[in-house]
Amino acid sequence: MIEVSVTVNGRAYEEAVAPRLLLSDFLRHTLGLTGTHVGCEHGVCGSCTVIVDDRSVRSCLMLAAQVDGAEVRTVEGLADGDELHPLQAAFRRNHALQCGFCTPGILMASVDFLERSDSPGRRQIAEMLSGHLCRCTGYEPIVESIHAVALQEGQSP
Amino acid sequence: MSWVGKPLERIEDETLLRGRGRFIDDLNPVPGAYHAAVVRSPYAAAHLTSIDASAALASPGVLAVVTGQQVAELTKPFHAVIDTPVAFRAAAVEEVRYAGEPVAVVVARDRYLAEDAAEMVAVEYEPAAPVLTPLDAVAAGAIVSDRSFVYGDPLGKLEEADLVVTESFTFPRWTGTPVEGFGVIADWSAADDALTVWTNFQGPFTLYMAAAAALGLPRSKLRLITPPDSGGSFGIKAAVYTYVVLMGAVSRHLGVPVRWIEDRLEHLAASAASTERVTEVTAGFTNDGKLISLGYDVVEDVGAYLRAPEPATLYRMHGSLSGAYTVQDVSARNRVVLTNRCPTGLNRGFGGPQLYFALEGTMAIAAARLGIDPVDLAHRNLVAAGEFPYTTPTGAIYDSGDYAVCLDDALATVGYAEHRRRQAAARADGRLVGIGIACVVEPSVSNMGYISLAETAQERSGGLPKSGNTEGATISMSPGGGVVVQISTTPQGQGHRTVVSQVVADQLGLEPGDIEVVSVLDTHVNAWSIASGNYSSRFSAMGVAAVQQAAEELTAAIKQIAAHELECAVLDVELRDGKAAVVGQQDAAVSLRRIAGKAHWNPEALPDGVAPGLRFTSFVSAPGLEPAASDDTIASSAVHGFVADVAVVEVDRETGAVTVLDYATTHDAGTLLNPRLVEGQVRGGFAHGAGVALMERLAYDEDGNLITASFMDYLCMTASEVPPLRSSHIETPSPFTALGAKGLGEGNTMSAPVTIANAVRDALGIERLELPLTPSRVWELIEPLS
Amino acid sequence: MKPPVVDYLCPETVAEAVDLLGEHADGAKVLAGGQSLMPLLNMRFAYPTVLIDINRLEETAAIEPGDEVVVIGATVRQGDADQSRTVHAMVPLLAQALPHIGHFVTRNRGTIGGSVVHADPRGEVPLVMVTLGGRATVVSTSGTRTIEADDLFLSHYTTSIADDELLLDTIWPAPGGLWGYAFREFSQRHGDYALGMVACALRREDGVAKQATVAVGAVAGHPVVLDEVGAALVGEPIDERAAAEAGRLAAAAVDPSSDLHASARYRRHLVGLLTESALLAAWADTEREEA
Repeated sequence: MIEVSVTVNGRAYEEAVAPRLLLSDFLRHTLGLTGTHVGCEHGVCGSCTVIVDDRSVRSCLMLAAQVDGAEVRTVEGLADGDELHPLQAAFRRNHALQCGFCTPGILMASVDFLERSDSPGRRQIAEMLSGHLCRCTGYEPIVESIHAVALQEGQSP
Repeated sequence: MSWVGKPLERIEDETLLRGRGRFIDDLNPVPGAYHAAVVRSPYAAAHLTSIDASAALASPGVLAVVTGQQVAELTKPFHAVIDTPVAFRAAAVEEVRYAGEPVAVVVARDRYLAEDAAEMVAVEYEPAAPVLTPLDAVAAGAIVSDRSFVYGDPLGKLEEADLVVTESFTFPRWTGTPVEGFGVIADWSAADDALTVWTNFQGPFTLYMAAAAALGLPRSKLRLITPPDSGGSFGIKAAVYTYVVLMGAVSRHLGVPVRWIEDRLEHLAASAASTERVTEVTAGFTNDGKLISLGYDVVEDVGAYLRAPEPATLYRMHGSLSGAYTVQDVSARNRVVLTNRCPTGLNRGFGGPQLYFALEGTMAIAAARLGIDPVDLAHRNLVAAGEFPYTTPTGAIYDSGDYAVCLDDALATVGYAEHRRRQAAARADGRLVGIGIACVVEPSVSNMGYISLAETAQERSGGLPKSGNTEGATISMSPGGGVVVQISTTPQGQGHRTVVSQVVADQLGLEPGDIEVVSVLDTHVNAWSIASGNYSSRFSAMGVAAVQQAAEELTAAIKQIAAHELECAVLDVELRDGKAAVVGQQDAAVSLRRIAGKAHWNPEALPDGVAPGLRFTSFVSAPGLEPAASDDTIASSAVHGFVADVAVVEVDRETGAVTVLDYATTHDAGTLLNPRLVEGQVRGGFAHGAGVALMERLAYDEDGNLITASFMDYLCMTASEVPPLRSSHIETPSPFTALGAKGLGEGNTMSAPVTIANAVRDALGIERLELPLTPSRVWELIEPLS
Repeated sequence: MKPPVVDYLCPETVAEAVDLLGEHADGAKVLAGGQSLMPLLNMRFAYPTVLIDINRLEETAAIEPGDEVVVIGATVRQGDADQSRTVHAMVPLLAQALPHIGHFVTRNRGTIGGSVVHADPRGEVPLVMVTLGGRATVVSTSGTRTIEADDLFLSHYTTSIADDELLLDTIWPAPGGLWGYAFREFSQRHGDYALGMVACALRREDGVAKQATVAVGAVAGHPVVLDEVGAALVGEPIDERAAAEAGRLAAAAVDPSSDLHASARYRRHLVGLLTESALLAAWADTEREEA
């Protein structure tokens, strides 16, 4: 077993994990943070995307052992108390989710993407989203939501 | 104040957006459940000679390895509407018939350990030659049903035709594949010989009955509970019922709770798929473009086993074989064949994509041959607005519509005339631009009797006639006035809870936020029937009708209590703003909370005829859904929407890439209950349809192994590929449903494949093509032309 | 699916990593970004006994400009290389190729070194590396050596890096002179493995191509420099006719096979198309340099 000290959504955890335990399973089953979803376990669907040390990553393609000392953000940590993150609010407003299974991964990738992009247009947003599969929405409302937040951020100083 | 019809945001969303959804793999309903991994056949066809589990049993954390033989001792083969020579069991015993078929189940402390041991189960096979295509299956005699239907005199009419189009259409295997796969948690109780199962099953509950029968359990001993959330389905999660049986048997055999969460590779290889269908069409037209004779010769591949509800894919559309057209003389020969591929099942569109790929493809080919604009050809054949309700030659009753107006709306949206002008200019420049249309009748709410058409009238006469479509719902008002609605429509993302809250809020004079809607279905608690579940786009018609009726009963009780309290006539009471009030009087009102309190706390004070408790369960059944008639006509669905699509595409001469430049769709789905959710369904259905048009298919190698076995090779559309879509609606309310609504989530999955195909036909000036229209395939079509 | 049983070691320095690799060479796999290795583990296509995680090495995480060369550490993320001004300014061909690798999120984690060592025949980084004549520095307990790109990629997923060797960095030529570069690939979906890919580098002098390299990926077990195509271009201005002729030569020079996604004929055709398009773009790029 490997000792892992990790901060997830601001809370510190110390756990002993098997070397092969996937980060996705660690978050879901060891820590009980089931908002991170698993859709393919081969890195294509994007449902399991979380943020590790300010970079969005596929949690099914990382080992829990690798986040020792890291700060992890998952969808559970996105809202500020009662207030939804602007992306969450935009997704609700634009009906950008149906079953909601792919949504947490898309939200986390989008948070990272917007933090590190300069006024992205729809085409760049769609390219970023090409790493995520959604079978319900046809994507357009998701693109619209992210674009709306990008425009808001562009306006605020 | 009417909430119905408003584009409300969804009550489902906040939970999901916060990552607080509760999907099957998030649940731990019983302590100490073991994890299962399924050992699957690597061969598409083989004799299974032995299983040696000794190494697996010695692997760490392993409780047991349960073989197909041990499962068979606790279960029966599954029933289907047609008897076939091969017994279909939850796990194979002596023969395996597709690659991925379960042969044993490893049960261990966690999934990692279970997978370790699954690799160590030594299974010996004697491989045989697989049968892999529909036509090979015909040649091999693997036909399990061969039925011929004649309505009118199609052969006679063919002789009167000026143009006869004879063409073959193959619709590929594909899958709506949701991002969440199957999951089952099974808990056998030896104390009362009963099984409780949590699973993301989507109905229809006919399949729950099939599971109970295979487990040899009376219905009261199989309790099935769905999780609060399900990660999409698009039909495919109907097929999880065979794993309910498999894991139920394993739990029973071992006496421990067992949990199985399917992974993506299992899902693609072994869950379900759409049917592959080969259709030979023979269609007769007059020179002025009237379709006067229509014949189908269909070979339908249902895969390795005829798994219930198959061959439903073939018969779901039977009432609509004539599509949106007035042709009266129709025939069909339906052959259902078995191949050594994963069994088929429900998949968005369910028979519609296959039917319309043939019918609307034929219309496009005929238009080109006759030199008539395809729009004009459609207009000359569409059922006219004055003809509704319109009975088709095969027995469907089209409830309402105005197909011509709908088509014209789509043409106006896309700017058809302008696109035709631009197309001419582009062609002059050597560019390959094409325009395709399709007119699609979208049935919803299946007649539970249509599958019986797979048997002859004589064979049917022996059994219980089957018909109708029943749905139930329960509404209750608590002592404090809280309203809770329980539905049995097993949503997988469609927003049923939001729509129900709108419907009930209107009934009770409340706000949607006041209504708590529970979509968890527990077979021992909910009001359900065999038709319950979420398929064939039945929610907006039947789910809502059941809720509406239950809410009306609650409303009636509230009004009686209020009239008694306010000393007025029941007819003078209206419900508004959380109160029961006398119509036209400002002050004469009593709060619903007080009424609820009275019903629960002081039943002695209730007026005559009002029962205490304020809990109402209602069942409704769609009208007009008779059993199949002796002449083989059937009202296969209760209501029928209409979809008109226009696609403008450009084919890159060099790369063969098909770009959809513009796409317009106009729906008539009757009354729209929540336009926001409607738009979501339209876009989602379109993405699936465009996917199968352009890139999605399940492909197998010559040994029968799935080669599109992961998300790296099964190409789901992403945000960069889904074509732009413009949608609009006309509303001709259905006279057959509570609020005039019809289903609409499947229409574009039916229409988009053929609309895009027709546009490519137009661009290239060709007739025969194969889906999906990948760049390589399209280039192979272009190359000989240039 | 879940990965098989495996040990996990996480060295902090290159020296430590090399020692561990020497000790475990038999069954060890180096874990860098994991965007290719982890799917192989999860699908149980690979069964290493131990993973040596190099993500904590500081010595391999930098992009260093040098004299007509850029050195990119093995654990530099694809996404960071894509954002690097040095890479854009000095190795523009690599900069053109990087956005085609996977997706935003996978580039956050995937490394340049990982793309090299994985040696996917459809990989963008190996193709650019052979086009530019890059080199790899590898280290083991017996010392350091440099491998030329031409000698590096042997066949599908196989390089000449030995089991006990660790890739330290890759060296990307950034020669002076009037160079133009272009990268072209065609895939069915954004971010997918390409059905065809071509990279080219041209040096222009006195209005003609003085040096020309055309290389293709996704048509053989490793990226291939089409020497005869490059040679035919030298001494010519690259106009439409010359590019088309080069496209024909390139298509004739490759021998792709058919698979699920495309026929062999189509792939050959694509090589011609992409070559033609890449050459014209690279020539235009030399003009931009001139301006």
